[in-house]
Amino acid sequence: MAPTVIPFGPQHPVLPEPLHLQITVVDEVVSEVLPKLGFVHRGLENLVLKRDIHQMVQVVERVCGICSCIHAHTYCMAIEELMDVQVPPRADYLRIIWGELHRMHSHLLWLGLLADAFGFESLFMQCWKIREKVMDIQEATSGNRVIVSVNVVGGVRRELTPEQCTWILETLEEVEKELLEIKQVFIDDFSVQKRTRGVGILSREEAYESGAVGPTLRGSGVAQDVRQSGYGAYSELDFEPVTEPDGDSYSRAKVRFREVLQSIDLVRQGISRLPQGESRVKVKGWPEGEAISRTEQPRGELMYYIKADGSKHLERMRIRTPTFANIPGMLKMLPGVDLANVPVAVLSIDPCISCTER
Amino acid sequence: MLHMTPSILKNFFSKSATRLYPVEVREPFEHSRGALEIRLEDCIFCGTCMRKCPSKCITVDKNAGTWDMDPFACVYCGICVDNCPTHCLYQAREYRPPEAEKSHVFLQGEPPKKKSKKKQASGEEEVSGQEGEDQNGGDET
Repeated sequence: MAPTVIPFGPQHPVLPEPLHLQITVVDEVVSEVLPKLGFVHRGLENLVLKRDIHQMVQVVERVCGICSCIHAHTYCMAIEELMDVQVPPRADYLRIIWGELHRMHSHLLWLGLLADAFGFESLFMQCWKIREKVMDIQEATSGNRVIVSVNVVGGVRRELTPEQCTWILETLEEVEKELLEIKQVFIDDFSVQKRTRGVGILSREEAYESGAVGPTLRGSGVAQDVRQSGYGAYSELDFEPVTEPDGDSYSRAKVRFREVLQSIDLVRQGISRLPQGESRVKVKGWPEGEAISRTEQPRGELMYYIKADGSKHLERMRIRTPTFANIPGMLKMLPGVDLANVPVAVLSIDPCISCTER
Repeated sequence: MLHMTPSILKNFFSKSATRLYPVEVREPFEHSRGALEIRLEDCIFCGTCMRKCPSKCITVDKNAGTWDMDPFACVYCGICVDNCPTHCLYQAREYRPPEAEKSHVFLQGEPPKKKSKKKQASGEEEVSGQEGEDQNGGDET
């Protein structure tokens, strides 16, 4: 049969965000994919010219709702590096506690969306039911469900009281228990494996060469995680990057599932080692120079480049988000996939288009 | 499918995971960041909130003694509340209810007298009756 071109997105039931793929299929098998981006470009990077460095924290939080805390953390790290601000150790710990909560809720959201993509509605509901507990922790400790807005240049705005810490640990115990109940479904269930195993294979070499990051890279067996660089308080916590060797959608789902459990462990470690003292230092003056900071978002490596000229506005800010890095990998994994499996394969990189287009 | 069966059976015989909203409404958490409110009698119209606001939703006029806010531009970040020198700004625990038309919060207080700010703050309580939310139909940007 002659090749047929099928438009996939920007409005598609499986996509929460607008990504357009021009898919060429031969006999219902994908042979070529062309991506088209730019539907939700908002020009947030340009706002550095209109908002001062402290106001930009609230702007970068809105680059991506799902990982707002980590965006603000990365931005603050870059500014603090330029201004030689030493963040108190307690603030470092609090930042990673909220960051790991964000990773947890992002991965649970994604696991639910994946279940929805292959038509397992009850599993989708279970994942989001568990996620709601994590959202409650965020709302109770920071004031908002999603955009926690706790980071400021020089530390954090909110505190965790000992009672809140106990409550968080108790809630995470429940989250872990409920997660382990559905673990068997994700790992062993026949229908889950039927829809995800062998779909969208990205070999170790391909993943590395295409510059994939985060769970997409780790799902192909490369143990690379920016948290290993020890930013924030990660240098004092014990963890190993989660990897799976197969490189298919099933592997990537397993990586994310195991990362939720890893995040629970990291929050526990963070709370048990939470130092006492100040959680914010006063910051005076304006930055000057260039800085790059990197962190591990739920989707992979996030990078901020900042150029400042000593005034209250930055001269330039550039954000490199993980989905941007994962799109070449996605284009490599799609050829050879059945058209019916394209939604699962596309979703397996956890595309966050709002991040990518900013 | 068998792995899911215990969860399904458990869900059959357990309480619903959702609430019957709006019949049953959960109390907001203690430190929820909801609608931005102001005790105008304590306000000294210094304009710190206006300068710190990331979304530029607050306008303060010191000479006229006005404080106005576009609730549709407010992002509930609470930066103004953190920076208010007199702690007259605070956030309610609930969000603002949805509205069909754009509204604007326009509050008129007594402008500060240049000589003694403390006296002015106490005198302003008398005019606090004027502070009501003036609902102008969306003529603001």
